[in-house]
Amino acid sequence: MAAASPKPVDAVIVGFGWAGSILAMELTEAGLNVVALERGQNRDTYPDFAYPKVIDELTYAVRGKLFQNLSRETVTIRHAPGDRAVPYRQFGAFNPGDGVGGAGAHWSGVHFRITPDELRLRSHYEERYGKGFIPEGMTVQDHGVTYDELEPFFDKAEKVFGTSGKANNINGKIVGGGNHFEGPRSGEYPLPPLKNVYSAELFAKASTNLGYHPYPLPAANASGPYTNPYGAQMGPCNFCGYCGGFGCYMYSKASPNVNILPALRLKPNFELRANSHVLKVNLDGSGKRATGVTYVDAQGREIEQQADLVILSAFQFHNVRLMLLSGIGKPYDVASGEGTVGKNFAYQNMGTVKAFFGPDVHTNPFIGTGGGGQAIDDFNADNFDHGPLGFVGGSPCWVNQSGVKPIAGLALPEGTPKWGTTWKKAAKDYYAHTLSADSHGSNMSYRDCFLDLDPTYRDIHGQPLLRMTFDWKENDIKMTRYVVGKLTEILKSMSPKQVSVSVKKFGDHFDVRNYQTTHLVGGAIMGADPKTSAVNKFLQSWDVPNVFVIGSSAFPQGTGYNPTGMMAALAYFSAHAIRTDYLKNPGPLVPI
Amino acid sequence: MSRAPSPKKARTALLAAGLLSASPALAQTSPADDIQRGAYLARAGDCVACHTTPGGKDMAGGLPFALPFGTIYSTNITPDAKTGIGTYRFEDFDRAMRKGVAADGRHLYPAMPYPSFAKLTEADMRALYAYFLKGVAPVDQPNRKNGVIWPLSMRWPLAIWDAGFAGKPFEADRTKDADWNRGAYLVEGLGHCGACHTPRGIGDQEKALDDRGALFLAGGPVVDGWIAPSLRGEAGTGLAGWNQQEIARLLKTGRTDHAAVFGSMTDVVRHSTQYLSDGDLQAIAKYLKSLPPTEDAPLARPVVADRTAAALRAGDLGRPGAAAYVDSCAACHRTDGMGYVGVFPRLAGNPAVLQKDPTALISVVLKGSTLPATAAAPSSFTMPPFGDRLSDQDAADIVNLIRNSWGNQAPPITDRDVKSVRGHMG
Repeated sequence: MAAASPKPVDAVIVGFGWAGSILAMELTEAGLNVVALERGQNRDTYPDFAYPKVIDELTYAVRGKLFQNLSRETVTIRHAPGDRAVPYRQFGAFNPGDGVGGAGAHWSGVHFRITPDELRLRSHYEERYGKGFIPEGMTVQDHGVTYDELEPFFDKAEKVFGTSGKANNINGKIVGGGNHFEGPRSGEYPLPPLKNVYSAELFAKASTNLGYHPYPLPAANASGPYTNPYGAQMGPCNFCGYCGGFGCYMYSKASPNVNILPALRLKPNFELRANSHVLKVNLDGSGKRATGVTYVDAQGREIEQQADLVILSAFQFHNVRLMLLSGIGKPYDVASGEGTVGKNFAYQNMGTVKAFFGPDVHTNPFIGTGGGGQAIDDFNADNFDHGPLGFVGGSPCWVNQSGVKPIAGLALPEGTPKWGTTWKKAAKDYYAHTLSADSHGSNMSYRDCFLDLDPTYRDIHGQPLLRMTFDWKENDIKMTRYVVGKLTEILKSMSPKQVSVSVKKFGDHFDVRNYQTTHLVGGAIMGADPKTSAVNKFLQSWDVPNVFVIGSSAFPQGTGYNPTGMMAALAYFSAHAIRTDYLKNPGPLVPI
Repeated sequence: MSRAPSPKKARTALLAAGLLSASPALAQTSPADDIQRGAYLARAGDCVACHTTPGGKDMAGGLPFALPFGTIYSTNITPDAKTGIGTYRFEDFDRAMRKGVAADGRHLYPAMPYPSFAKLTEADMRALYAYFLKGVAPVDQPNRKNGVIWPLSMRWPLAIWDAGFAGKPFEADRTKDADWNRGAYLVEGLGHCGACHTPRGIGDQEKALDDRGALFLAGGPVVDGWIAPSLRGEAGTGLAGWNQQEIARLLKTGRTDHAAVFGSMTDVVRHSTQYLSDGDLQAIAKYLKSLPPTEDAPLARPVVADRTAAALRAGDLGRPGAAAYVDSCAACHRTDGMGYVGVFPRLAGNPAVLQKDPTALISVVLKGSTLPATAAAPSSFTMPPFGDRLSDQDAADIVNLIRNSWGNQAPPITDRDVKSVRGHMG
């Protein structure tokens, strides 16, 4: 039972990463009394990310100081519904964040929108390739919202994040210099693109020679000093190479801590409570209305925080778990395919190609920035003809040199011994002359890839862990092998001494030991139909309308782009609907 | 801020009344207006800074001041009848503010800048009185006993001090315009800028209380490892290189395109100047810009040929401090010492760097500095402390490099100077 009950508030926010901080700012601006609960500790650029202590690969990237504490709570993982799931005990495949700023404090900074076609993926493929093109068991869906509806909120997120990039299409007019395939933008990026490192220059040149369309990666790593609409300031990125996994000591990488919290902290109607772990959302007797949340504070006391509005804005899978633990919505049942909460859990699908050059080509991989580089979208989304290829999805390809650090190790040509004199010579010969490029692919959703509560394992508070049922499927391996083939051609055209390719083979299973993005999506997906989605287009629970579930948990499938920009736009879109419609007339924003 | 009365209107009113220094016409103010105006004036006077402990109740006193003659504590100035100033009549309040004599006849220590507050107009004093008696929440918190050692604990000699160094009501300079006079009134009066920025005499008194004194705001003594620089027109060490807009912006936001506040001024911006109206800030800046350099100061900084930036960029790190500067300073302040506009301060030509007394610069290097979060500029950028990473010699080398590169010229320092500042850090 709850030990204490603080004063009821208008809105309680669960999780203080990007989604939570955006909603907190918007609702506070609307005049609501807002309390945000973050289970991790309080963090800020100073003292937590101060130079030089944050430049510590062992503490941050390897031991995951900014990641979730797996000894308190983790997930269990299995490949198929018949398997027994086992706990994820060491960081590998994904690194969920923890603490004020969440994963938004330790992300890299790649800041994309989404392609207009991918927002209506199923409809688009069925229209272009016919009803039978999407295979049985692939449960991809439309988002239920259009690019034009989201555009003002993509724009707002970029201005808040201080994103560096180059527009190509402004209101339908091709201005050039940016991504040939992008949807129309209402304006330029707030900052010009970051400078190219040499490896990005090489990639852009080779891509152009092959007839592709390179563009500067949109990066929430500031290319110059910047002041955002909240008055929060950013310093320019110095390409130190410590972004992903680290906090930024230069105030250069956009984060909730740098870009939102300074202004939010000054507002008297906002309170942030760190070390506050939410156990569940409380519902009234009808089960149709949330009354607030119960959380455990730093002293281990259970506290009930009453609120008229509950925002779930934790990491993707924590949103799903909280819905399941609280009885919000109908849990997904893999046998019948019915129910929505936990449905369409998806990921991303990467391949990597490395080129090793001679001593005259200096790529200096210690220089880097988390979001910068050069990319092509020629094989992303539906920018190429999928008809003869027989798969759904695609990959942007890029050189995103983000700083090769010592423990992560040096990439060396295949066949190099792992130790000894020959290894040392190869390390000396190739470290500063290696170029690495990625195919950063989509991952479709499938009937038997889902999230539910584990029947065996429990967390430190005695609650069931979340269980992932997930594996790679033929469609996605076909896609990544095709695109990695194209990427390999680009790198080979640079005439390196050697190229090495890392790509999934048919029959490969999901291996949790290998890192490949933390871009988990789905499980509380958005859509137009309450039978097939957990939340409506405004990310409002169909079942408990005073609960909004903000995050990449809303994506019906995994896209090739990094999800943060899309997630932030959805957060602003949802907040706008709450401010303009919901607060005037609390209830379902989309009639059922 | 919204609580601020329109200063433009105020000045128009006082011009009409022919009273350059006075506030809006007395007859037109209601008690509620007085409280609101008093709240604004209390901001301008930064009363909360000294009369509130960190985490304590506003204006309830108790903040310690370690002075050469012992520790004294600020007092409870809430309207609590028992422990505060709830029983004060206006005359008592006025006497304490102007003459440093409490209602019970005790002489206050001149840590309370009553010689400056003596400049206040009666209207402003009445507004402040209204605010403190009706606009501040009463707090029952007894005053702490001062730890001043005998014979200095005897208060009667203070009366003699008061007689010698007492302040006088503000007199407008009719050769100057209303803005200048408003600025002078705020700087010399409530703002009590001279408390830190004016050199002190043998009796610890400020050597001048207004612009008629050539040493007024000419730079203060070292306090807590910080030193308040000259606000007069010296080249390099003073405000010669600053324009009026920059001064106003620094007071509003704690930062300009090329500089940032540090040390005690951080709290002044946080608690006081950020709340002043733009008109008052411009008036203050205008007044400060009118103060000529002290007599012995050069009119312009000499132009010095300098190769530091080129050497650092070329990887020539032979000069003492160069390698440490590149490692720990250059990411933000850059190899050319120019910083980044709006975010990381410029070191080239920065008055805080060029002070003859290096204490403040050494303190920043050792202790770091955090910008105040202000409504107009909420980011509290922090330079981390480097004291735990640098030996006294390392820090001295860096400070010497900064003080003598990119056109900067300032007297050299030694590791002993660093050691001395470090010693005061506790």
